[in-house]
Amino acid sequence: MNTPANLKYTKTDEWVLVEGKTATVGVTDFAQSQLSDVVFVEIPVDAGEELKKQAHIATIESVKAAADVNLPTSGKVIETNQKLADTPELINSDPYGAAWMLKLEISDSTEINQLMDAKAYEDYCSTRSH
Amino acid sequence: MTEPTIYELSSPGRVGVTFPVADVPETNLPQGFIRSDLPLPELSELDVIRHFTHLSSLNYCIDKGLYPLGSCTMKYNPRINEETARIPGFALTHPLQPEDTIQGNLALMFDLQEHLKEISGFAAVTLQPSAGAQGEFVGVSIIRAFHRHNADPKRIKILIPDSAHGTNPATSAMSGFEVVPVPSDARGNVDLVALKTACDDTLAGLMLTNPNTLGLFDENVLEVIKIVHEAGGLVYGDGANLNALLGITKPGELGIDLMHFNLHKTFSTPHGGGGPGSGPVGVSEKLVEFLPGPIVKMIEEGTEDLAPLYSLVTPKHTIGRVKSFNGQFGMLVRAYTYIRMHGPAGLRKISEYAVLNANYLLSKVRKAYHLPYDRTCMHEFVVEGSWTDVPDVHALDIAKRLMDYDFHPPTNYFPLIVHEALMIEPTESESLQTLDAFADALLRIAEEARKSPETLKQAPHTTPIGRLDELRAAKELVLCCWLPEETEKPS
Amino acid sequence: MFIPHTQAETEGMLKSIGVKSIEDLFSVVPEKFRFPKLDLPDGVTEMEALAEMKEYAAANETVEDLICFLGAGAYRHYIPAAVDSLLRRGEFFTAYTPYQPEISQGTLQAVFEFQTLMANLTGMEVANASHYDGATATAEAGVMAYHNFRGKRSHILLSSSINPQNREVLCTYLCGYENVEIETIGLDNPLQSNPDSLIPYITENTSLVVVQYPDFFGRIFDLSSLATEVHSKGALLAVIANPIALGLLKTPGEFGADIVVGEGQPLGIPLSFGGPYLGFFTTKKEYVRKIAGRLVGETIDVKGNRGYVLTLTAREQHIRREKATSNICSNQGLMALAATIYLSLLGKNGLRQVANLCYQKAHYAAEKIAKIPGFLVEKKTPFFHEFVVHCPISAATITERLLDNQILGGFELSKAFPNMENDLLVAVTELNSKEDIDFLVESLAEVSHD
Repeated sequence: MNTPANLKYTKTDEWVLVEGKTATVGVTDFAQSQLSDVVFVEIPVDAGEELKKQAHIATIESVKAAADVNLPTSGKVIETNQKLADTPELINSDPYGAAWMLKLEISDSTEINQLMDAKAYEDYCSTRSH
Repeated sequence: MTEPTIYELSSPGRVGVTFPVADVPETNLPQGFIRSDLPLPELSELDVIRHFTHLSSLNYCIDKGLYPLGSCTMKYNPRINEETARIPGFALTHPLQPEDTIQGNLALMFDLQEHLKEISGFAAVTLQPSAGAQGEFVGVSIIRAFHRHNADPKRIKILIPDSAHGTNPATSAMSGFEVVPVPSDARGNVDLVALKTACDDTLAGLMLTNPNTLGLFDENVLEVIKIVHEAGGLVYGDGANLNALLGITKPGELGIDLMHFNLHKTFSTPHGGGGPGSGPVGVSEKLVEFLPGPIVKMIEEGTEDLAPLYSLVTPKHTIGRVKSFNGQFGMLVRAYTYIRMHGPAGLRKISEYAVLNANYLLSKVRKAYHLPYDRTCMHEFVVEGSWTDVPDVHALDIAKRLMDYDFHPPTNYFPLIVHEALMIEPTESESLQTLDAFADALLRIAEEARKSPETLKQAPHTTPIGRLDELRAAKELVLCCWLPEETEKPS
Repeated sequence: MFIPHTQAETEGMLKSIGVKSIEDLFSVVPEKFRFPKLDLPDGVTEMEALAEMKEYAAANETVEDLICFLGAGAYRHYIPAAVDSLLRRGEFFTAYTPYQPEISQGTLQAVFEFQTLMANLTGMEVANASHYDGATATAEAGVMAYHNFRGKRSHILLSSSINPQNREVLCTYLCGYENVEIETIGLDNPLQSNPDSLIPYITENTSLVVVQYPDFFGRIFDLSSLATEVHSKGALLAVIANPIALGLLKTPGEFGADIVVGEGQPLGIPLSFGGPYLGFFTTKKEYVRKIAGRLVGETIDVKGNRGYVLTLTAREQHIRREKATSNICSNQGLMALAATIYLSLLGKNGLRQVANLCYQKAHYAAEKIAKIPGFLVEKKTPFFHEFVVHCPISAATITERLLDNQILGGFELSKAFPNMENDLLVAVTELNSKEDIDFLVESLAEVSHD
């Protein structure tokens, strides 16, 4: 399982890349392997929206499951990834790169400290069944 | 073995059923309102008969064999039900006819209400809801209405055991409740400690399936109900598993406040390839006025010479109508026929043999399949469809391979709390021979899993069609065989 | 009586389980509540049960005993013999939901064909596998609109001339949602309003506007300007449609509907005192992921053979659980099959014939009734097969007297709209002969003379 060291993680399998005041959010390799082939992604938020941590930002659908993606940290949406609508399978093939979901301007950097680092997330994943 | 679609069979100009010429003088059609084209197929009657006969041969059905689907209660659908539902005196009545012209229908509905009340120990029953899920919706709506009526609107939480059927949390959420899962303990009972913790003054109720989806009767059921009642909540019973309880115990007497019935499970009405079902709801005395209407009341008692008089009434604090007209009436006739044929002794025998069959089957398969909760089951049981020594084989593969043995697979992957679950419910309809054959198939498949796992992984081999590409279906989303803007019909 | 076990077999099974008697299997049930008495009449044989049910049925009068002009949401139409003949095949009616597609292709393909027929009939792009009835399908349109706007638009606008039962069920379903306001325009005088009357009430906060076509009073209106206005405010338009009327009339799709729902009972399903019926739900492809209910999609198997499966199941309750937008589990499988067979048997020509017969006979009836002194008929707006008659005395009295002549005269509109005491809704179908209609007219004339 791939867990890049430079990212932060949540218990609900979202990752965050922090670059200064900007955060990029997506779902992890563990998440995509649980879902298996993704057929549809919906990101029903718009650029400019102010969202709080835990806000629902996307729904990912595979044949057998549907999962909600929640915002790991509060902020103002800068951009959402339009490519995912046409190529949802990017979530399976490149979860940390091309399948980024949204970028936002962080409003409360203390929330970032509450997220897990790569090692903590890996340990957490190993305790979960199958 | 592909059967063409009705559009592919269509031939321009071909005529099926025709109608007489109008026997009245002609009136002009309204200008600007006539459609230019009607894209329906053109088939002869024989085309239609053959097409649907071919399609029918591609289906498995109860008439062909066992469906050991847990919590579905796929018992035999008696043919007499099909006769009684079609009696013209029932089938040819319009739902809005004046009440004095349909007293027979009202009498039957009233008597069915009374029978269901007596079987379950409730004070009143509505026959309105169209299916179990709608019955649940009614139940949850009544819970909300009850608390509002008592000026207790902060009760927003519904507790749902982690083994529950998906409709339970879905129904609660769509009714505006907060869903709080309650874990099961190691014996498959509702965890009492977790339950007590979750019961505070924001508790609206608990949705309880008993026996639960593990097929287990809660060993602490009275305590569970007491805890919820003491916290001011109501207990809703999901009646999907009622086939284990007929004449065995009455949910109302145990303390359950309201419950839905599944006539298409417990009471033998046919599944029809996905419906119609029927989901009446029974309630205790304090909830009677919240029921959706209309329900049937006896407004004048009968005498020696005169039949009683019945009427459709709407309860005082009703949650509102949930369906047009009077419920799935044709299914009510079928269920009532079944109940009348059984009577008290017959009803109890149903549950006794449903439970006997399940325990017998369990005794035969447990040597090859792991049973996570080892105690006497009710009408169904759950085993794990996987083995540690062949990690590549999953419950899905076992399910698909069963089809080669001419059995419908059991319920897969549910309940969620059992790894690779296979939920098996034989029902009381199945003979010893059928049970032995099914057990035999399961044991052979367990052997095959070790000796030739590929047989399972590529199963089914003998069905009309092989494993289907569900990913492709979801991506391409072809949901119609032909739409007008297409210039040629797809092949 | 349907339990096959012999005494010997039972004993053998008990031994295998390791208990002495069947009662032992129930020791977990609290003793105080175990094996209660069921105070019910004893069971009977099949022969006796049939006789008993026939006795109940004999206490009814049917639409063959009486001449039926009653509609108001359920209609008496001719059902070709082939429909029930096919429905009675055990492979269809004793089959389960097609969750195992390899052994359910019959059901799945039939539903796929049903979806196609309903989409084509209504002028839309996709259809689901059906809902319980037209009223719940209407409610699901409301739920879909709510989720489409993620709960941000709270207003739902209803015409007063939609079937009141549809309005009631939609309200029951949506009252669990926070912040939903359902507004019905023109309830005091529904005949005065038409679809365009709704226009001033549509706002940027409206998620859905619902009208009926033909409306509850049988009238047909052009929905184009309403559709334009609804869309200009970014809202959705749902049209409740009669499927037989669509054999003749321009489709709601052509007018610009986003969602079309309705009661499919007229398509080969008996009246059966109100159920089981059939709700249909069709919409545009762009909304397909927002629809409740089952969907069947086309695909191929491992050998490349064409086949069908339930698809987009991730939306449904068994996977999404509390995140599902609806809890619906079953559809009306066998009823959808009935409609599919009916439409296949009638086809393009047959359905148009039936629709035309309904139209012609209804207009003949309306013309004749309008000539009876004291009776006025709503004819200024085009209508399909139902129309409103303004009677000189209460409609309740009229229907009572008509019943003496073995006629079900129609629906007393005061049952749905308190101000309409003298108004009767009369429906005419292909099964009403000229003689039936003439007799109705004669009887009405008689009644008004008294």
